[in-house]
Amino acid sequence: MLSVFKREFNSYFHSAIGFVFLSVFCFFSGLFFYLYCLASLNADLTPVFSAMFTISLMVIPLLTMKLLSEDKRQKTDQLLLTSPVSLFSLVVGKYLAALAVYGLAILINVLFGIVLSAFTTPEWMVIIGNLLGSFFMGAAFIAIGLFISSLTESQLIAAILTFAVSFILILLDGVTAFFSSTALNKVVEWLSFNNRYYPFTIGVIDYSAIVFFLSVAAVFLFLTIRVLDKKRWS
Amino acid sequence: MIEVKNLSKRYGKNYAVEDISFSVKEGEILGFLGPNGAGKSTTMNMLTGYISATSGSASVAGIDVLENPIEAKKHIGYLPELPPLYLDMTVKDYLDFAYSLKKVSLPKRAHIQEICGLVKIEDVYGRLIGNLSKGYRQRVGVAQALLGNPDVLILDEPTVGLDPKQIIEIRNLIKHLGKGHTVILSSHILTEVQAVCERVVVINNGHIVADGTPDDLSTAMTADHKLIIRVAGPSEDVYKMLSKLPHLVEITRNGQKEPGVFEYSIETEAGTDIRKEIFNRLSDRHWPLMAMRTNDLTLEDVFLQLTGEKQMGGRR
Repeated sequence: MLSVFKREFNSYFHSAIGFVFLSVFCFFSGLFFYLYCLASLNADLTPVFSAMFTISLMVIPLLTMKLLSEDKRQKTDQLLLTSPVSLFSLVVGKYLAALAVYGLAILINVLFGIVLSAFTTPEWMVIIGNLLGSFFMGAAFIAIGLFISSLTESQLIAAILTFAVSFILILLDGVTAFFSSTALNKVVEWLSFNNRYYPFTIGVIDYSAIVFFLSVAAVFLFLTIRVLDKKRWS
Repeated sequence: MIEVKNLSKRYGKNYAVEDISFSVKEGEILGFLGPNGAGKSTTMNMLTGYISATSGSASVAGIDVLENPIEAKKHIGYLPELPPLYLDMTVKDYLDFAYSLKKVSLPKRAHIQEICGLVKIEDVYGRLIGNLSKGYRQRVGVAQALLGNPDVLILDEPTVGLDPKQIIEIRNLIKHLGKGHTVILSSHILTEVQAVCERVVVINNGHIVADGTPDDLSTAMTADHKLIIRVAGPSEDVYKMLSKLPHLVEITRNGQKEPGVFEYSIETEAGTDIRKEIFNRLSDRHWPLMAMRTNDLTLEDVFLQLTGEKQMGGRR
């Protein structure tokens, strides 16, 4: 698992993808930090984090698009699948590599706390809560992206499909207004990543949300393993 | 060392490989010969656990590939048709990665260095694989297969796309490797298999059509009744005379090859040898025979012979 992780993590920085991801992420969080905090003389990081929800969903497909699709296209999966390694460690190794790059990106927020502490005492609990929230939300979404990447040979198709899922997740909160049935609304609200993510942005660590995100991650990792296994058996 | 029993792979209604069985003894170099699409790669992919078999079983070093894939894979070094290389890595990083992926327990630096020396890639060790030539990439692929010194090496068309010098180098390397490993090598080139392998399995349309030593195969394939000759003499007259040869099936003129020397392809009935006859008749007329050789068989001819079918009339 460690070898797969290391290779995958390094490959983000052999190509431009890792740097593009980090710079886009830092640019937007920096921009929001400037607009919401520095320019408006506000020490509350909550609006920055809620805005980053959308940005995270938009850039995570960059991280996940090539994870498995590229191996299929380049036939390097023949090396991976004929080595004495379990599918579990292959998939989880790749997953953790993407998660680690994402983790690096959200660490930028600690910097904002440090900047704020020059002017006032920042609410560290809100920052920690946000970091956890972003992390678990990302963990769930990266698993979805990894799963989509296992379905196709093309990075582009993987990226587009993952974007589509991002949009659905972003728009999900808006559609509740259109449904008259309360049952349907319940389902949509239950599925909504944003509803689960929101408490973190105000510093509430919601365990049920953590369990939700981790379950989503586990389900999609499991499905990814099944996809790879099915390919062998078909 | 390798046991394949009634192995089949079906895609939808079509069998890519149907009910094949063979075994390979320890230290043997087995050639897997067949045209493109015959099922060579499919068989190899099943042996290495990349795809599963629809039915049948395969075992390597006594371990069933389907039941205990991880243990079985430890005994196999596999070079697929397209070397599975990460183009964004250097040779060093790639081999380090494959080393840890395969959980090799030999001393790392010494082992990798030894392999690099064996396949002669030391001078590109620090370069990106994406910038290497086809020949070097192929050798990095072989190096990858050799990591961990596996008992069994499975090489899928290892010489495809290489220049003649590299082909000879790779063949010599495989012969050398055959001393310490059990090797399965696939190819669609007859001479290659003959040059390298101790035993040959011929596969066509997913079925095994022959299994034997290269000598067996070549006796099955000698074709004295298909000749190409060059004669210094008037083309029309020579052609007329040759057309009257006994047992003749077909004769074609290949045109002028040297000043005043014309080439003819002659095919007679199978089992007849008319070389003496040709020589005698030409010398009677004082038309010097400049060259005579048996026509090289195409792989199709070999398959037709091996499957016992009648020769087609047409020439290649």
